[in-house]
Amino acid sequence: MKWEITLRVFRFDPERERKPKFAEYEVPVDEYTRVLEALLWVKENIDPSLNLRYSCRMAMCGSCGMLINNKPRLACKTIIKTLKTDVVEVKPLPKFKVIRDLVVEMDDFFDKHRSVKPYLIRRNVQEQENPTGFYFQTSEEVRRYIQFAYCIMCGLCSSSCPIFRSGGRYLGPQALAQAFRYLADSRDEGFDVREKILNSDKGVWRCHFAGECSEACPKGVEPAEAIQRLRRKLL
Amino acid sequence: MEIRKHDVLVLGTGLAGLRAAVEVLKVSKDKLSVGIVSKVHLMRSHSVAPEGGAAAVLSENDSFDQHAYDTVKGSDFLADQDVVETYVRLFPKEILQLEHWGRPWSRNDDGSVAMRLFGAHDVPRTVFAEDRTGFFLMRTLYDTLLKFENFERYDEYLALSIIIDDREFRGLLTLEKSSGNYVLFESKALVIATGGLGRLWEFTTNAHTTTGDGFAIALRAGIPLKDMEFVQWLPTCMVPHGIPATEALRGHGAVLLNSKGERFMKHYAPSKMELAARDIVSRAMITEIREGRGFKGPEDMECVMLDARPVGEDKLMTIYKTFVENARDFIGIDPLEELVPVRPAAHFAMGGIDVDINLTTIIPGIYAAGEVACPGFDGANRLGSNSLPLCLATGRIAGQNAAVYAMRKNATSSSRVFQNAEREMEKFERLTQIKGSRNPYELKKELSHIMESYVGLFRDEAGLLKALERIRQLKISYLTDLSIDDSSKVFNTELTNAIEFGFMLDVAEVITLSALKREESRGAHYRTDFPKRDDEKWLKHSVVRITDAGLAVSYRPVKITKWKPEERRY
Repeated sequence: MKWEITLRVFRFDPERERKPKFAEYEVPVDEYTRVLEALLWVKENIDPSLNLRYSCRMAMCGSCGMLINNKPRLACKTIIKTLKTDVVEVKPLPKFKVIRDLVVEMDDFFDKHRSVKPYLIRRNVQEQENPTGFYFQTSEEVRRYIQFAYCIMCGLCSSSCPIFRSGGRYLGPQALAQAFRYLADSRDEGFDVREKILNSDKGVWRCHFAGECSEACPKGVEPAEAIQRLRRKLL
Repeated sequence: MEIRKHDVLVLGTGLAGLRAAVEVLKVSKDKLSVGIVSKVHLMRSHSVAPEGGAAAVLSENDSFDQHAYDTVKGSDFLADQDVVETYVRLFPKEILQLEHWGRPWSRNDDGSVAMRLFGAHDVPRTVFAEDRTGFFLMRTLYDTLLKFENFERYDEYLALSIIIDDREFRGLLTLEKSSGNYVLFESKALVIATGGLGRLWEFTTNAHTTTGDGFAIALRAGIPLKDMEFVQWLPTCMVPHGIPATEALRGHGAVLLNSKGERFMKHYAPSKMELAARDIVSRAMITEIREGRGFKGPEDMECVMLDARPVGEDKLMTIYKTFVENARDFIGIDPLEELVPVRPAAHFAMGGIDVDINLTTIIPGIYAAGEVACPGFDGANRLGSNSLPLCLATGRIAGQNAAVYAMRKNATSSSRVFQNAEREMEKFERLTQIKGSRNPYELKKELSHIMESYVGLFRDEAGLLKALERIRQLKISYLTDLSIDDSSKVFNTELTNAIEFGFMLDVAEVITLSALKREESRGAHYRTDFPKRDDEKWLKHSVVRITDAGLAVSYRPVKITKWKPEERRY
């Protein structure tokens, strides 16, 4: 079955325009069409100057986070039929600076992630870099952190967080959940070096438990739960 | 044009590129400055997609000889056996190193690393983490990179041209997407790790960004491409999007059914059945469809069915969670209850930039690693779960060798490098000034339709000739009748897509020409007019380079150490 929807898209070209505007396109869809395909249909058939990020189209690369009908979602994972509307509105992820159309600036988001030292820290660096045998880890110990390692860095959680970029320097749910991913790993010995930043005014105590982050996450990471567990570890 | 300088450049940030970057930093103890250039954000490369796992000899019931033999047999004896024997010994080391950098591997109850069976491997030797193996490798390498200091990341820079002077690597010209500015990177060494080329076809497992850039950039710089006619189709890809249902499912009991409800693989590979080499399973599926035993799937695409129910709910809901989510979310089918519509999709380039066992190209200072490189490991068909450890191992070797080269070499500077870069830049600027009548998307659709129709799983002379002619016509349209409407500089993806399409055209021509010349069937290259393997005439690699008179094809013998070619039976 085929039908038509109206795709209402945020447009902004900083070279030519002082203010963003919305453009509307009539797009043919079927029960499999995702928002990403609808946007690409517009780009290929109506207006090639529409710009967005996209790559894997299977919800693994994290490129196509955007605000779809006012919810942060991945365009490749959002089937139009499931939105149950004839008008689909697409805007760039909030809390990020717009570069053009649906493309936003993410450098600072990546820096915040880096600041929590999101890698396996071992005291014996010599052995870590010249391994002699696998670290012991049971499947139960893998289970304790693996869900938090699903993060694809799409930014949906942080963009939905009411505290993130609301004046302070809060690291946001993505970075904090990734700190927890390593702290919960039985192989990691980096609690001491991460403790200070997690306890700082950018850290876990700024979270107000709105829970929006866990709802927004397309991979089931549950950043809100990670933050709660981090607090318990820090107390 | 802006200029940036580094000791070593890494182009591409999938597994091979990130592994190479980490190796340069590790080997040089953070002394060499590394520029990391990617057309996407560093963690978004398509290496995030592989589900099934990584093959490595890690158990007592297995041996390097067995892994090497399985690989050579799977390659239909086109693999260079010295390369295979050397690399399979590195694979377990890489699995262990990545584990030490924090990557989760699924474990057995006693804490040892779990393994599963993959197609055409004689024993279970595929380690994994649920069905997100590539993704966890990517994130582990990205995270590990962040430990180091002496690197700059250049996210969203599209590579355009390699600059060579005095027969040596000197620089890389790029386009920064966010500003639209041209940036020249000058450095002593370059590792090309740009991945594959699946988007040449209509139905593919590959990301939208997998457009074969590295193959074309190398070819244009005078570096030969090897074994380009060998492209793998992955058998079980869900219709209509081409998202894979991992081969590991078949190792755990999933079966393929035709419209008569029959496990048709018994006619094609009676012993290994659904776990025969990928080229054999893919051709069997298409044969069933062509002979009228297929199904009409979503969006009317013809397909066969994958029955994953024999895998059992326990496994499906734990180690195959991504597959179950993908089937439910993307096509509304529940694999716990229903059959999943699948057909083969263009997946992986066995061929690539011609490199030796040390990943060096003919140009001093230029190395290649990962899917874009062809050291001769995969031959005519790659085994499932060999590519992830191969990306890691080749990334490591290329990174090491690039680091050693850069440490020995003094930085030199020449005005000719800048002038060459300016000449290259003008070629790309010209694209925006053609102001013809055809947009890049229309042209691209035509190309992928040609590739799908004539340069697919089944090929013949008439079709390949037609394809070659039409690709050459498209090249003329591209240079004379292209239209790029968007004239803004900032994040102009119509322009970058048009540049990528130019790369695709060059790569398509090489693949089609190599396929036309090879008058035999071997591994993934199947000619209906020459349906048999012909070792007397064709046990050799094809090598394509650019000359003043166009593309030239030559051949090079295959290195055979232990295993004489024999008929490949599964």
